[in-house]
Amino acid sequence: MGLGIETRHKIARRAALEIKNGMTVNLGIGIPTLVADYMPSHLHIMLHTENGILGMGGSPVTGEEDGNLSNAGGYPVTIQPGASYFDSATAFGIIRKGLLDVTILGALEVSERGDIANWIVPGKRVPGMGGAIDLAQKAKKVIILMNHTDKYGNPKIVKNCSLPLTVKEGANMIITEKAVFQCINGKLYLREIMDPYTVEDVIQTTGASIIVDEQVSVFQ
Amino acid sequence: MVQKVNKQITLKDASKYFFNGMSLMIGGFGGVGAPPTLVNLILEKDLQDIFLISNDTGFPWIGPGKLITEKRVKKLIASHIGSNPEAGKQMQDGSLEVEFVPQGTLAEKIRAGGMGLGGILVDVGLGTVVEANKEKVSINNKEFMIETALTADVSIVYAKKADLYGNLVYDKSARNTNPLVATAGHITIAEVEEIVPIGSLDPEEVITPGVFVDFIIQSKGVDWKWVWELKQGTRSQEEQPSK
Repeated sequence: MGLGIETRHKIARRAALEIKNGMTVNLGIGIPTLVADYMPSHLHIMLHTENGILGMGGSPVTGEEDGNLSNAGGYPVTIQPGASYFDSATAFGIIRKGLLDVTILGALEVSERGDIANWIVPGKRVPGMGGAIDLAQKAKKVIILMNHTDKYGNPKIVKNCSLPLTVKEGANMIITEKAVFQCINGKLYLREIMDPYTVEDVIQTTGASIIVDEQVSVFQ
Repeated sequence: MVQKVNKQITLKDASKYFFNGMSLMIGGFGGVGAPPTLVNLILEKDLQDIFLISNDTGFPWIGPGKLITEKRVKKLIASHIGSNPEAGKQMQDGSLEVEFVPQGTLAEKIRAGGMGLGGILVDVGLGTVVEANKEKVSINNKEFMIETALTADVSIVYAKKADLYGNLVYDKSARNTNPLVATAGHITIAEVEEIVPIGSLDPEEVITPGVFVDFIIQSKGVDWKWVWELKQGTRSQEEQPSK
């Protein structure tokens, strides 16, 4: 069960609120890519890509694509003033040195301690980790955007991940179509629910212990 | 005299450097910046049992992906094969041995090979399967894995421009792993869009010094725009382009 386009955009719109002026940010493929559409244009944000751009801009207008200028997914992009190009070693040096303020990634499972599993389903789907381990382990803030449950309705936020890990205790925030969680010192806090879901809905479909804020706000 | 150096060779001559069972490093990222003319040249030669080292396996008919689709590769080191279902299929049925390396670590392993180092110390992947069978050291009370350097019998890369000495200039995000791969081959062959006389590149713009490059060939044009054109169009990326 995939998420509808409106829901995907709502998750992206919520995630964009985490991006502040002056930040260096890497957006993963899928819903994370949509976050760029919701970043206020008056902010100075440097978008980083694994394939060697800092200062990536939006999509080019049709007909003006440059085959040698793409994001990590291979799609044509543009650049912002102040951008730079570099090789893959430097692209990951930026990540490894901890210069990314925020990375936004998808996930298959996240545990209540913030363990992330997002690169392999043994025996089924084995795409490889790409840059996910580097990003999840080294960015200052790791935000996970994902469906609240899998296609069978099973929770994706769990006590312990059953899949091989991408990182131990790496997630700082989880945003799903139902809720916004913060992961602090190995505990999961429910901060917001997404309209029209209720706290009860969220508790019932989450497989982990959650601490519910006294005043959970609602994100429209 | 460096002015007399001319590293440009024909495709026929370039073909001599590829052999059965060779280790082959290919530049590029998701097919973008992978040298298509040289990949096609390897395909034409009908080689087997290639040990391929590449950031990823591109798409089934783009970049290094073609070598996988045509079953020329026996072993692969890469960070990602997700955009090439054929690689996944061969991995599952056991015909392709795959070793995954986190992308940044892979880039540094290649860079280390190219820079004459034995390996690097990395903490990316501690606490995950990446840790398996890795020797560890403690530096200032921090734990690191020893990751060994990578080199290859032959490296092939794509660049925008080369002079006849082999100095390379890349283009935007088509640079990606190419400057690293260019340094790590025992023989490095660069496919370039434009070949210019020695002295016509600004030394400040040269990214790969020509001393790393053994040969250059003229590109017949690139194929990776298919990555996004096919996604926008009706055809599947897994299909072979008609032209």
